[in-house]
Order: sequence, then C-alpha cells, then structure tokens
Amino acid sequence: MRTDIVLPVVLGLSLGFATAAFAAETIAITMDKVAFAPTAVSARVGDTIEWRNADIVAHTATARDKSFDVNVLPNKTGKLVLKKAGKFDYYCRYHPTMTGTITVTE
Amino acid sequence: MLKIVSGACAVMLLGAGAAWAQSAKPNDAQIAHIAYTAGELDAKAGELALQKSKNKEVRDFATSMVKDHRAVNEKALALVKKLKVTPQDNDTSKALTKQAADKQAELKKLSGAAFDKAYVANEVAYHKTVNGALEQTLIPSASNAELKELLQTGLKIFQGHLAHAEHVAATVK
Ligand SMILES: [Cu+2]
Repeated sequence: MRTDIVLPVVLGLSLGFATAAFAAETIAITMDKVAFAPTAVSARVGDTIEWRNADIVAHTATARDKSFDVNVLPNKTGKLVLKKAGKFDYYCRYHPTMTGTITVTE
Repeated sequence: MLKIVSGACAVMLLGAGAAWAQSAKPNDAQIAHIAYTAGELDAKAGELALQKSKNKEVRDFATSMVKDHRAVNEKALALVKKLKVTPQDNDTSKALTKQAADKQAELKKLSGAAFDKAYVANEVAYHKTVNGALEQTLIPSASNAELKELLQTGLKIFQGHLAHAEHVAATVK
C-alpha cells in the first residue's frame, strides 16, 4: 500500500528532472551596432537560436556553408532550430563585416 | 571659376580629411549636412541601379543601399530636429553633389554588365571616401555626443557596405 503511493511520486520526480536536463534551450544573440553579441555560442542539436535586431537596418545570419539564411528586420527577431552538429561560421550578407560562430554538439 | 576652385578644394579636403581637421574644423550643422548629403546621394545611386540592373547580386546590394542610407538619414533628421540644429550647406556637400551628378550621368549611358561593373566599382570607391572622411574628419570634429554616436553607428554600417560592395565587385568582374 505504502510503496504504491511512493513509487509514482519518485517516478514523476525523476522524469521531471530528466525532462529538464534534456529540454531544448533558446539561445539569444543580439544584432547591435553592426555586430553579433555574443559572437560565438555553443548549443546542442534541437536548441533554437534567436537573433534580435536592435539596429535601424536589416541584417541576416547567413551560414558560410549556406545551410541557413535568416533575415532579421530592425526591431524584430529571427529563429533557427539547430538540426545537426558541427561548427557553423556565419555572417550578414548586407554587412559582411558582421561575423559569428555557432558550435553545435549532439 | 570660383565655383570650380572651391569644389576642387573641398574634394581635396575630403580626400585628406586629417588636414582638414587641423585647418577648418566643420561645425555640427555642417557635419550633419555632409553626412546627410553623402547618404542621400548613395540612396539615389541605388535607385538608378534598381532601374537599370538585372543582376540579382547588384539589385540586392542596391536595395540595401537605398534602405540603409534612408534609415540612417531618418535618424539624422530626427536628431537635428531634437537638437534644434539646421543642417548647413558647405563646399564639401556641394562637391559631393557635383561628383555624384557627374557619376550618375556617366552611369546612365551604360547598360548590362558594363553598368553593373561601373556602378559597383564606384560604390567601392565612394564608401572608401565617405568612410575615410567620417573616421578622419567628421567623427573627430563632431561636438555633440549624440551626433558623434550616430556617425559612429553610420560608419559601422557603411564599413559593412564597403565589404558587401567588394564582394559584389568580385562577382561582376
Ligand atoms: Cu547586416
């Protein structure tokens, strides 16, 4: 009787922890004064990158290997769900002086 | 004659910004006028490119020039209004306008790949000149902190344009 009640609680708790540990995260990057901040980020497959453009001009986050190209208008955000592991160098097509890196692990 | 001489002087000064900073420091009203004029002229060049070019890379670049320079100029207008500064015409603005008019006339005669090549080459040269003037003369001479900050942000945007123009130049060769 006693174990019947305790077991589900323990199970529920451990499940909760497991979910928290593997939950996908959202990583914020700001586009400000024609630069990505932070310049380099680390993430896991399944995480989301969210770029917020704080400048008065449009920017892009464009992968050198062409695997992604996110256009972000002033005062807007752009998102990308990371689907594969690797090191991705990216830049802004309109202002190629803006560069950044996303390192994705499994 | 007088007009030609003063125009030539201003171009020289713009090219050698450091010398200008020593001799005749422009005031904020003149700086605002020069920066605004430089931006508007490049937006106009972009509009001409959008009328004439069929090259996607060139059109994307021109679209960005029109949007970015107008966005910066909108900010500049709001700022001078707030600061109650009336932009003041000057020899540098006049020389820039004259040069741009000559360039537009030259570009209008071209078409196709010849236009693309000449437009983009001029964009590279133009952004080098304007960025040099901002770095060496306009930013160091600006006395109002908000104006200085806007010019600094503008410079970062225009340095991006120069890199973009150089990239497009390599594709239209
Ligand atoms: Cu950009």
